[in-house]
This record gives sequence, C-alpha cells and structure tokens, in this order.
Amino acid sequence: MTDLSHIRNFAIIAHIDHGKSTLADRLIQRCGNLEEREMKEQVLDSMEIERERGITIKAQTVRLRYTAKNGRSYQFNLMDTPGHVDFAYEVSRSLAACEGSLLVVDAAQGVEAQTLANVYHALEAGHEIVPVLNKIDLPAAEPERVRQQIEEVIGLDAGQALLISAKTGLGIEEVLESLVDRLPPPAGDANAPLKALLVDSWYDAYLGVIILVRIKDGVLKKGQRIRMMVTEAVHQVERIGYFTPKRIECAELTPGEVGYITAGIKAVADCRVGDTLTDERAPADTPLPGFKPHVPVVFCGLFPVDTSEYPLLRDSLDKLALNDGSFSYLPETSAALGFGFRCGFLGLLHMEIIQERLEREFTLDLITTAPSVVYRVHMTDGRTQELHNPVDMPDPTRIDHIEEPWVRATILVPDSSLGAVLALCTERRGQQSELTYAGSRALVVYRLPLNEIVFDFHDRLKSVSRGYASFDYEIADYAVSDLVRISILVNGEPVDALSFITHRGAAEGRGRQICERLKDLIPRHLFKIPIQASIGGRVIARETIPALRKDVTAKCYGGDITRKRKLLDKQKEGKKKMRQFGKVDIPQSAFIKALRLGDE
Amino acid sequence: MPCGADEDSMGVSHHGEETPGIGLYVHWPFCVRKCPYCDFNSHVTARVDHERWRRALLGALDCEAARAPGRTLASVFFGGGTPSLMEPATVAAVLERALTHWSPAPTLEVTLEANPGTVDCDTFADFRAAGVNRLSLGVQALDDESLHRLDRIHDTAQAVAAIVAGQRIFPRVSFDLIYARPDQTLASWRRELEQALALAPEHLSLYQLTIEAGSALRAWRLPDEDTATDLYHLTQDMTAAAGLPAYEIANHARAGAECRHHLISWQGGEFVGIGPGAHGRVTDVSGAFLATCQHRSPKTWLARGERGDYGTSSAVSSWERVEEILLMGLRLTAGIARPLFQTLTGRTLEAVLDPSAVECLKGYLVLDEAGLRTTRDGRLVLNEILRQLHTK
Repeated sequence: MTDLSHIRNFAIIAHIDHGKSTLADRLIQRCGNLEEREMKEQVLDSMEIERERGITIKAQTVRLRYTAKNGRSYQFNLMDTPGHVDFAYEVSRSLAACEGSLLVVDAAQGVEAQTLANVYHALEAGHEIVPVLNKIDLPAAEPERVRQQIEEVIGLDAGQALLISAKTGLGIEEVLESLVDRLPPPAGDANAPLKALLVDSWYDAYLGVIILVRIKDGVLKKGQRIRMMVTEAVHQVERIGYFTPKRIECAELTPGEVGYITAGIKAVADCRVGDTLTDERAPADTPLPGFKPHVPVVFCGLFPVDTSEYPLLRDSLDKLALNDGSFSYLPETSAALGFGFRCGFLGLLHMEIIQERLEREFTLDLITTAPSVVYRVHMTDGRTQELHNPVDMPDPTRIDHIEEPWVRATILVPDSSLGAVLALCTERRGQQSELTYAGSRALVVYRLPLNEIVFDFHDRLKSVSRGYASFDYEIADYAVSDLVRISILVNGEPVDALSFITHRGAAEGRGRQICERLKDLIPRHLFKIPIQASIGGRVIARETIPALRKDVTAKCYGGDITRKRKLLDKQKEGKKKMRQFGKVDIPQSAFIKALRLGDE
Repeated sequence: MPCGADEDSMGVSHHGEETPGIGLYVHWPFCVRKCPYCDFNSHVTARVDHERWRRALLGALDCEAARAPGRTLASVFFGGGTPSLMEPATVAAVLERALTHWSPAPTLEVTLEANPGTVDCDTFADFRAAGVNRLSLGVQALDDESLHRLDRIHDTAQAVAAIVAGQRIFPRVSFDLIYARPDQTLASWRRELEQALALAPEHLSLYQLTIEAGSALRAWRLPDEDTATDLYHLTQDMTAAAGLPAYEIANHARAGAECRHHLISWQGGEFVGIGPGAHGRVTDVSGAFLATCQHRSPKTWLARGERGDYGTSSAVSSWERVEEILLMGLRLTAGIARPLFQTLTGRTLEAVLDPSAVECLKGYLVLDEAGLRTTRDGRLVLNEILRQLHTK
C-alpha cells in the first residue's frame, strides 16, 4: 500500500489552447516510462476527434512516478479534465477526485472565460491551486501583465506562479517539485468500508466498460463484489489496474489512488459518473456527496439523409451510447424527414461532437434539425409538461404560461469589441448582471435565454469580437417568457421540421428572415411557391418563389447525348436527396441553413 | 483496313424497313482561333499535316463502319472545330470511302460547317465539287459590336457575303445566330432576326447564349430569365410567321428543309462518329446498342489511331436508351411518335413513364395517341421535365 503522504492527485485546468495537453505530455514524457515512439502528440486526447479539435471529451488519467529532490519517490495521479462547459459535471467529478490543480494560463493570451469557469470549479472542490504561466518563450508573452490579471480577475495569489514553456520543456522540473511541495496529500482510511468515486467510464471493444475510480476509503481488490450505491447494481471486479498511460494491471487500489476496474458491465449508461462504489458485504453507510444525474439541455432531431439508413442510425446511436451515457435518444417521426431520433445533449459542443462522431465513425449522412431547448409548459388544467420538440407544442388555448431555461454567461472581451458584444447580448434578450475591467479586457456576466444561444451565439460572438471574446455559460434557472411557436408553410403545407419556438418580440423578424432564406434555398419549380410563417393561423411573413420559366440546354446534338444523360442522372440523384413536401422538393441543407440565426 | 470492315452484301437494315438510315459525323478539331464562349473540342494549331489526318480519318471510318455494316447512308456531317479549314480533298476522300461501306440514300445530305471569315467563293466551289450539298455557316451575330465581343474573326458584311455566296453555290444553306447576348433587348434582337430572315434562308439555328463553366466568359452578364424567356417567344413567333417554324428547340426550317443529320440523333437513330472526341450510337453486329467515343485529344487520337485504336465503346443499357430517346426526342416540336418509340425500345411509352409525373407536367407535356411531346412552354423548361419524367 502506497503511503498517503507520497501520493499527489492533481488536475490541469486551462482555457482551450492554453497548453493543457502539451504540459500533460511533458509530464508523461518525464515520468511516464514511455518510449519515444510511444509519445504521440497529446497522448491523453486519444479519440481522433479530440486530437483534431484539440479538446478533451472523455477524462482520462495517468499515474506518474517521480523521485523528488528530497530523495523520496512519489505517485502522481494526473486527472485529465474535459475542458468544456458542456461537461461541467464531468469536470466537477474529476476535480473531486484530486486535491489540487495546476492552473495553466497562456502568458500571451491571459485569462479567458474557461479559465475562470474552471478555477471556480476547482475552488468549489477545495483545491490548492498552483498558477502556471505557459508559453513564456513566445515573443508576445507578458508574464507580469498576466500575473496581475490572475490576481485582479480571479483573486488568486500569483506571486508564486511558475513560468514555463510546455513546448520547450522549460520549467517542467519546477512544476513537478511544486506538486510535491505545494499540493496536499490525499486523506483516507484503508480500514474503513470501501468508498470509491466513479470518475468516468468508457467502452473498450475488448474489455467492455472500463470504470475509472478514485479510492477514498478502504481497499479495492480483484475479485471483490462491489455495489454501485446509486444504481444499486452489483458486479464482480474482473480486472484492476492503472494507466501510465499504458494499461497496467495490479492487485489492488488503496486510499488516495486512482485506477480502473472492469466488472463485466455492458453499457456505459449503467455507470453513473459521481456514483460511489462500495463493498457488497461490508458496505459504507453513506455515498460520497455530490452525485447528479445527467440532464440533457439541448435537443435536436437527427434523421438519415437516405431513409433506408434508419436502422444503421439506430445501431450507431446504440453503440455510441455504450461509450457516452450522457445523451438521450428517442425515436421521432417527421412528415418532412421520415424516421429519425430526437436526441438530447449536455450542451452545444456535446451535440456537435455526437453528430460528428456519427458521421465519421459510422459514415452516416445526417440531417440535423434546428437545436431546441427544454421548455416547461404550464397548462390551464394545472399540469406541467416538458417540451423537447416544437412540433409537440400544445394548442395555445390550453397553455397558461411557458417557462424557458436561462443561463449565466461569462464573457471576456477586449474593450475595443465591448460595444459590439453588449449589443449582441441585448439583441439576444440578455440581462447584464456584471461588468468589470481587468486591464484592457472587460469581464461581462449576462443572463441569457438558452434558446438565444443554441444556434449560433458563439459564432456571432467570435465574429463581432474578431475572434478575441471568450465565452462560457452554465444553466441558471427557468423563467416565464412570452414564447410562441412559428410554423413554416411551403406551398400551403406546414413543414414540421422547420417550426421553431421564439420570443414573441422576435417572432416577426425571425419569421421574415426564414421565409427570405427559404426563398433562396428552395430551387424554382414549374409553379409559384408561396412560403409563409405563421403563429397559430395568423400569417406573419410571406415570400414567393417565382415559377421556373426557362431551363433548357440551348444546343444538343448527337455528340452531346452522353454528357447530357450523365448530367441528367446526376441532377436526378440530387433531386432524390431532396425531401418532398406536397409538390415541392426541399433540399436537405435548407432545413439547417434556414434556421441559422444572424447574417450569413 | 485495320479493323477488317467489310460490306454487308445483303444491305439489310438491323432496324427494319422504316429506318431513316445511318448518319456519319466527322470531327475536324482545328480552328483559326478559339471563341471565348466555346467549350467544344477545338484547338488552335499553326500547321496541320493534312495527308496524315486524311489517312487517320479514313482508318477511323473503316473501323467504326465495321460495327454497322449494310446500312443506308442518309447523312454525312463535317463539324468541328472549323471543318472548312479541311482540304476539300479530305472531304472527297471520306465521302468516297463511306460509300464503299454503305449505300447512299437518294436524298443523301452532306453538310459542311464553315465560318464566314475562313471561306471565299473558290473554297465553296471546291467543297461543292467534293460532294458537299449543304452549308452550315456559323454567323453568330449580324452586329459588328457583338461579333467583336464574341471575338469572331468576321464582321457582318463578310457574314452576309458568305451567306449569299453559299446560297449561290450550295443547294441548301443554313446559318446560326446566338441570341440572349449580354445587354440584348427585344427590340435589337427583333431587328437582327428580321435582317436574318430577309436573307431568305431555308434553315436557321438560333441558340441562346450559354456560358459553360469551362469557357473564358464566366463574368458575362446574361439577360435575366424573364428577358431570355421573352426573347425565346419572340423568336418562335417571328420564325413561324416567316415560314420557318421551330422543329426543334433551337432549329427552324421550311417544311422539308430540316437538317436530316441532326434529326437522326434527335429521333434515336444510328450515327457513326469519327475524329477526335466524336461520339456515335450504333447497334453492332451482335445486336448490342453501343455508345462510341473517339479519343478526345487530337494528338492522342492521331497517335493511337495510327495503331488501330481510335476510341472506346460501351453498351447503352435499355434504361439509359429510354432516357436518351426522351432527352433528345422531346426537343423536337413533333416529339416522340408511338411507333418509333416502340421500334427503338420494344416498349410502350406508358410502360416507362410514371403517369403521376406526366399528370404533374400538364401544360408542359402532352401524351396522346400520336405520342409524347412538349408544348412550347415545356420546351423552355425541358431540363426540369426530364428530371421529373423518368426516374429509376
């Protein structure tokens, strides 16, 4: 059993691109016993999509062995945390598994929105925080300014901040020493009943579900029968070990240690992050605090482009769910798009990631309907229902009032772009709660309705701030709103997949915008096509696609037949991919492009 | 004869008795200059070895003719490029060789395309003597500024002179105009078309300008769809009133003066194509319907042709065959006659058409006892009709 005083468990927290993964790589290179050829860039971000986007989706962990200047040998457990707010709960559980954090801040960029959000999470978890200024080798690095910023904006003592370059390896020894000197060792009692925090789980094609745990009390052994205290499921531990990042098997995990087990579990959905593992025969009295079930906040419809691929989509979602228990999916039928699924996600990035993985790993062509949030509809008869899909909106006469989710958004922006950012927030019904300055940057906190940010808020924010604003949000609460559903009628037929819910004040503008967009997105037909936006039965906007008058090849002789036939076949193929609505063919891309907010 | 072509002594057609006969297309790929709107297989070369090209064309002819022995030759069409840059001797040699493979129809049509700037009365007379009996002149415009803009080497006066000279020397003359040009108005096109009709042609090809993706003119601003539509209708009215109604989307003729060569391909008939990039459609001796295509690059065609390899052929499936008959036949005012469709495909029109699609196209398409045809409005949206009509 490892002496608790020789263990340090820590996380690295940072804004995206500030060098978290590079620092992790350096530490692994220094202490992980990896050979040079095994040292791929960013070894922790193993999923292809993570590597490409430079973000961490699934938390992983590595055990490092370090002999300090004091001559003692230490066990470090590095928890890699997901960097994005959508996975805030995963972040909080990863942080709950350690006692301290390295706060990495880009010495040129300074503090960003995610830096703040992550620091708050770490402080909540009671962490000791060691500020690390990275990229000091860059000519643009201003460590003094950033040090000051950390003190002013975050309120953290940055006097002892380490100056490093993860890229060149400068300052890595100081980082390792500071882990020993400045972070507290874990506490725990090996003789108490087993309590292990379920930090994460993922599906491995060979081993089944792998569970990452942090032992708080007791000892976890191979062959032991364990109980999950929330789900009450009982399993027998088959394999036990840790990652270096190579998977190493061992006999037991003791207090303070982090490692993995396998226990014949089929689906990740059966393993709830935050659950407590205990011994089946000698269980602990109470589980570890802080368990929260996953609650999807953003929903959208996913439909196969080729309707015959519905079974493939279903199987693919089943497989993805093996590895990600945090998204939900239920069959949905759309008159426009056929059979598909209504899927719920933890946030926008989560949604994008799932869509991308479906398209990439399962080579599916998908139509995604506009994302929607969960509305609480209070009916006149006193019942309340949760609305995930605008199509299911009850008749307005039966609705007493509707509540929508609001978020608390934190935005850091250079003051040159502040005006544009404030205007954007106001346009999106935002309510300012804080505005403070730190040097030439402003920290703005806004209350915003989630449905105003689900489509394109982040893109718009980037564009109005020329890429310099950073943004983070967390779900705050529900509040009553004057919301209406807008139906879109093409040639007199309502197109369910295009209906959406919006604030009454914005309804007319949005309705008009979508009609105008559809006018360009739907090809001309042999007849005029009216496009209308309506609330209830009342038309609030209308456009007309004029009839096609001329589409003919001017010259076509014997030598042109082959080319002409091939072109025609291609066009027919394209036409087949469109969705038929009454007599009108609507291209798939129209469903997404029409609902995108803002200017194209 | 490298491919062992031989005459079918029986002279029996593979298509039954009512066949219009086979067509022969000869592609001459060279031009004096490349027109900016042109996406055809045309090339500008300083010197052409006429002797060598003549031999190669004859070799290609022998090779292709071997696929379709025993037909009646209804038409020969020298196109390009600028085939009036050929030596008349080459034209004569090709005709002579063709008649060793096939017997001539009594009305054998021999057309030569020519550009007004490349010909004079002497060359006309030489081509006439070589056997050409129909001239097709690429006039393009009767307006000097437009001709300049289209980068043509001739002016209006030269064009008119070529038409008049052609009419004196050849029994049949046609010329082309391009309309719906940038900034063209109804009034200016009316004047130009009146001028064209005053030259008393028996046949006119009137094309709306289209800018292909591959051409140098993508930046040109064409008239909008409504103006182009109005220009089209004006053209139909004026040519009909002058006794040259449209018999195809862009082709107008006095009764009996239609281009027999093009009618063959619009009516799903057989034609052999020789020269770089030339296409053909023939039923071969095994009964398979083939699409043939000669190598596209002049250099490759010549080099490989001299080793007996002029191009490729592939079978046209029965589904593709139907599609081709529709896309060509619906260009004709007369449309697709029932007996012809039955002869070509062995099926009825009803067997291949979706009745609901036909119903949806009412006003654009007519299906009756005579056959299937487009209306005047329908011809203008033929691409859309074809997309809806025959889907797998």
